[in-house]
Amino acid sequence: MSTLTEAPPPLAPEAPEPKPPRRRGRWTPYWLLLPGILWLLVFFALPMIYQASTSVQTGSLEEGYKVTWHFATYWDALSAYWPQFVRSVLYAGTATILCLLLGYPLAYLIAFRAGRWRNLIMILVIAPFFTSFLIRTLAWKTILADGGPLVGALDTLHVLDVTGWLGWTAGDRVLATPLAVVCGLTYNFLPFMILPLYTSLERIDGRLHEAAGDLYARPWTTFRKVTFPLSMPGVVSGTLLTFIPATGDYVNADLLGSTDTRMVGNVIQTQFLRVLDYPTAAALSFILMAAILLMVTLYIRRSGTEDLV
Amino acid sequence: MPFVNWLKRNLVVIAGLLTLAYLLLPNVIVTVFSFNKPKGRFNYEWQRFSLDAWKDPCGVSDLCGSLSVSLQIAFWATLGATLLGTLIAFALVRYRFRARGAVNSLIFLPMAMPEVVMAASLLTLFLNMGAQLGFWTILIAHIMFCLSFVVTAVKARVMSMDPKLEEAARDLYAGPFQTFVRVTLPIAAPGIAAGAMLAFALSFDDFIITNFNAGSTVTFPMFVWGSAQRGTPVQINVIGTAMFVVAVLFVLASMAVGNRRNRHKA
Repeated sequence: MSTLTEAPPPLAPEAPEPKPPRRRGRWTPYWLLLPGILWLLVFFALPMIYQASTSVQTGSLEEGYKVTWHFATYWDALSAYWPQFVRSVLYAGTATILCLLLGYPLAYLIAFRAGRWRNLIMILVIAPFFTSFLIRTLAWKTILADGGPLVGALDTLHVLDVTGWLGWTAGDRVLATPLAVVCGLTYNFLPFMILPLYTSLERIDGRLHEAAGDLYARPWTTFRKVTFPLSMPGVVSGTLLTFIPATGDYVNADLLGSTDTRMVGNVIQTQFLRVLDYPTAAALSFILMAAILLMVTLYIRRSGTEDLV
Repeated sequence: MPFVNWLKRNLVVIAGLLTLAYLLLPNVIVTVFSFNKPKGRFNYEWQRFSLDAWKDPCGVSDLCGSLSVSLQIAFWATLGATLLGTLIAFALVRYRFRARGAVNSLIFLPMAMPEVVMAASLLTLFLNMGAQLGFWTILIAHIMFCLSFVVTAVKARVMSMDPKLEEAARDLYAGPFQTFVRVTLPIAAPGIAAGAMLAFALSFDDFIITNFNAGSTVTFPMFVWGSAQRGTPVQINVIGTAMFVVAVLFVLASMAVGNRRNRHKA
């Protein structure tokens, strides 16, 4: 409290005044960019370099670490934790597809069918953010509780037999199974799918729908040939905004899962904060980063959308 | 078959409302369980109605302290990220300069990076620099990851601005400063406000990056995380519910004000 009132935050002094373009000075854009870009270089880019160097160090906590170009750490980390990597991609991928399937109708509803309810529904999508996501994830523990009404209903309808056969649940439990983790991931990242979808749907000119109707397109054809292709930018950025954070998430796997559902995020967290094996943790998070950047680049190339920011 | 036709026409509405229900169900549970009187240490099973937690929201030690830490960090992080982000957004939209592609990627990358990667690498930096983990390291991290989101929000708004308005202001002999304060800023304000709100929400609710870089400082999400291992006090639900209600009221109020202002202008 006292540190706050005594000292101004460290960002204020460097920030130049947002000067209006007096004569479109040559240096103005650089001055505008300087403080923010500097911040990102020092606290985003530089840490990545530190981490890269940590990943090839050897040593111990007591004796200190030295850069020895020990690339075997990468190999050891991969061979020890590849199941967690596969699981992360699998869970996050499933959650992303579910988010798209669940989120699209709601985004469509808000964009085209909500009328005067549009703003209210929009608020209801965003407002849960303000109840900490940890509290909301804990609420899933109650919803999916053993012998609770939902699990009981699923059991009576023999849904659990099917999911159990697929390996998603175990016995008459949903908690502490892959299904619970995927359900939590889907829930947590759904708004990140809905908002970009809504933004790109809302931009679509309503006359295009009318034109499609005039040309005797049935509603489903209109959707397939007009609406969906035009909403592709939203689909691409929505899937990215869902898939990327979901892959690195460890909160859902920890709160709703068990030791059999640990994802790569859990491993990094444990290695870094409990085992204090920094090189392994750094190597793991470097592999995760590389894998995600690779997947994202390929995906963006394929879908042909370059302008994401 | 009128019912089948009705169903066909409104299928998307029904599906959308079901998704909305899925999104809101946990909030309903959180609210209902804020009136619970649990038997053990964990608030996962309904026992009986009670107002105890609402009467004494700070009754659990450290809870309100952590809430206050979170609010302070969110406030300063919002201020910092909004200031820096707005400057970048204006530079990106209004000026041509070298290294534009590099700047764009530097802004996009933090959004395309799993939090745990940023958290771990930032901790590596702080450990190497020998920085004291706590309030300041959390604030630094929060400004870092909120920045890109503010840039995106402000940029979208500034891009859709009609440059003719500013030209008109200059034609009417407004100086550059006057043009900026009287024309540019008011038009960009909704974008800046949206960016700031996003930054506040992201910072207030952040757990992963904070957990790595907090040292012994406890924010509200960290308190919740800790209590998930030790025992969840009902007061957590009270605060979660109150935040939800305050957020909804705040947005409704600001929308009402906006509507009134628009009507006055029209």
